[in-house]
Amino acid sequence: MAVEFSEEAEATFQDLISRYPNNLAAMLPVLHLAQSEFGWISVEVMDYVANRLDVHPTKVLNAATFYTMYNKQPIGKCHIQVCTTLSCALMGGYEIIDYLEDTLGIRVGETTPDGRFTLSEVECLASCGTAPMFQASFCDGEIEYFENLDAERVDEVLKELNEKLEALPLPKDMH
Amino acid sequence: MTEEKSDKTEKSKETTEEAAEEKAEETVEETEQAEKAEEGGEAKAAEEKKAKKSLPKPKAAAKKKPTPRKDEKYLSRNFEIPNAHNLDVYEANGGYRALKKAMKMDGEEIIEEVKKSNLRGRGGAGFPCGIKWSFLPKESDVPKYLVINADEGEPGTFKDRYLMELDPHRHIEGCIIAAWALGIRYCYIFVRGELQFAQRRLNQAIKQAYDAGYLGKNILGQDFDFDIYVHPGAGAYICGEETGLIEGLEGKSGQPRMKPPFPAVVGVFQAPTIVNNVETISSIPFIIENGGQWFADMGIEKNGGPKLYGLSGPVNNPGVYEAPSGITIRELLERYGGGMRDGHELKAFIPGGSSCAVLKPDALDAQMGFETMREAGSSMGTACITFMDTNTCMVRVAARLAHFYHHESCGQCTPCREGSGWAAKVLDSIEAGRGRMEDLDLLLDMCDNIQGNTICALGDSIAIPVRSYLQVFPEEFEDHIKRQSCPYPAWSKRKTSADSDAA
Ligand SMILES: Cc1cc2nc3c(=O)[nH]c(=O)nc-3n(C[C@H](O)[C@H](O)[C@H](O)COP(=O)(O)O)c2cc1C
Ligand code: SF4
Ligand code: FES
Repeated sequence: MAVEFSEEAEATFQDLISRYPNNLAAMLPVLHLAQSEFGWISVEVMDYVANRLDVHPTKVLNAATFYTMYNKQPIGKCHIQVCTTLSCALMGGYEIIDYLEDTLGIRVGETTPDGRFTLSEVECLASCGTAPMFQASFCDGEIEYFENLDAERVDEVLKELNEKLEALPLPKDMH
Repeated sequence: MTEEKSDKTEKSKETTEEAAEEKAEETVEETEQAEKAEEGGEAKAAEEKKAKKSLPKPKAAAKKKPTPRKDEKYLSRNFEIPNAHNLDVYEANGGYRALKKAMKMDGEEIIEEVKKSNLRGRGGAGFPCGIKWSFLPKESDVPKYLVINADEGEPGTFKDRYLMELDPHRHIEGCIIAAWALGIRYCYIFVRGELQFAQRRLNQAIKQAYDAGYLGKNILGQDFDFDIYVHPGAGAYICGEETGLIEGLEGKSGQPRMKPPFPAVVGVFQAPTIVNNVETISSIPFIIENGGQWFADMGIEKNGGPKLYGLSGPVNNPGVYEAPSGITIRELLERYGGGMRDGHELKAFIPGGSSCAVLKPDALDAQMGFETMREAGSSMGTACITFMDTNTCMVRVAARLAHFYHHESCGQCTPCREGSGWAAKVLDSIEAGRGRMEDLDLLLDMCDNIQGNTICALGDSIAIPVRSYLQVFPEEFEDHIKRQSCPYPAWSKRKTSADSDAA
């Protein structure tokens, strides 16, 4: 599939670049937009962004690799990111990882064979008062927080997520 | 109420209690003034204000009953009000009154009030806000910028999120007042990329503010243009450091800059820039409405104002609470946090995010202020406290935090990049039962070599906590080494801290 913004994304792109005194400054929001459009940040996507912003491709590569929210590989439709920093660790964050590994049948860093879920461990997500918690990042760019988790709640959340994922494409097929 | 007050009008205040009461009354009085001004009596209100300034604070008649000060809410006032994130509800609850009042003051006057308020930066470093503001050049050939640090990422910290999600207009009002006072043309709110809900709420509120004429051109009919944009981060803790934030805003990797020059002189897009934390700016409307002195009085020496405190760990009621500056940690834990959970005994706590030194329960009576917490052996940081119980292994905590900082180091400075990884490795080996006694001195040595030798304060954020765990709980490290194992319950079936480096 061609790497080109849809009409709607193009309108967002124009709005984004109008907010900054130069195009380079629009890099972060434009990469977010590109990831939600194209599923992941491939070399083609980086080239496209460089082209659209009229900046050197190394500048895009630089940002795309420095920031952890940009996926340089296609991953699952839903990226479950469990916080295991101190406050969450104290409240059972690692147990949530254990439980998810068992339930999804994968280890941290892996993707389920159906391409639905990728599981990761991440650092503090500013949710320490509602620990343990995880964040679900969808391939359409949406992010949702799930807080005050225990095994029972994780089961419920996975059910909700599975329903939502029916309608989403696999990131690897998004461009 | 009214009679009682006017009765006292002539008397000067005698007791501190009365003084406190008077403050609350002044609030109401100023509100009235603002209302009057709105009704078209600007000149009269201004005159009255002038007259009042020169008098030794006479008591004024109050229409509304002031509630007891201690439990009065400011920053969190709107958290419980349904739909306070919408402009109409915000305005119905007194919103944008402070802005209208501010726009009748000149910039110098506002900066003076902020100085008087003892408002300290709420992002962790505690720099006096008014003084920072006074560093911004008055005249500038290029537009000046306000950059809001909403990158909230310090482990244990989760307060700014509430301000953005539940009371976004308060924050926007604070930004507009700052811009008016400082002659700023543009503002970017740099929000952590993950906090999408906060971004949505802010964007929605900004749109409403444009529609109502609080943003854009000729704000409230005056010769004042100001625009605000939300800028999303993309997952890098180091963008919380103010110059890393500026780099990230310019579209580059968030590698901190050498200082000086400070952002006030050369900031974003090479222009004079004020970087402030979300809570700092959300406090500004209250200072304008009630006066700098009122704000300063709600605190202790050099630390003024109501403040948000976050409580996390095994306490009964974790969460974000509002209380005056200078409250003790014991009161926060017992009164707001409901104490430790049943079966969990307090062993240690971190006062304001993981880069602060760890303290033992004997420091519970320390007051939350930048100087007082330093005297207690730590720092106030972000004032979000992590409580740990007696089941918590201090070696593992130190190792986990070293991994965090290693993961987040931007890599520019060798002591930070290499030191954090090395410290994490040594701590892991002690935790895993392979430690040697000489490792302890080695770790302390490493801390000395990192601290003060790096471009940004992330280096210190590794050295200070790691050293503190070693010094506050030396017996625990020695015990691990002697028995060549960790006596505490594991965090996970499979993982030990030795493989706890986050993805
Ligand atoms: C490594 C590092 C991370 C930081 N992270 C944050 C942060 O997430 N939010 C914040 O407001 N300040 C953070 N700060 C502090 C900022 O550098 C800066 O002091 C602050 O934004 C100034 O605003 P204030 O004076 O209103 O507090 C961090 C500092 C360092 C060294
Ligand atoms: S101290 Fe660490 S995070 Fe800060 S600039 Fe140096 S390497 Fe980067
Ligand atoms: S420690 Fe997990 S959200 Fe902060």
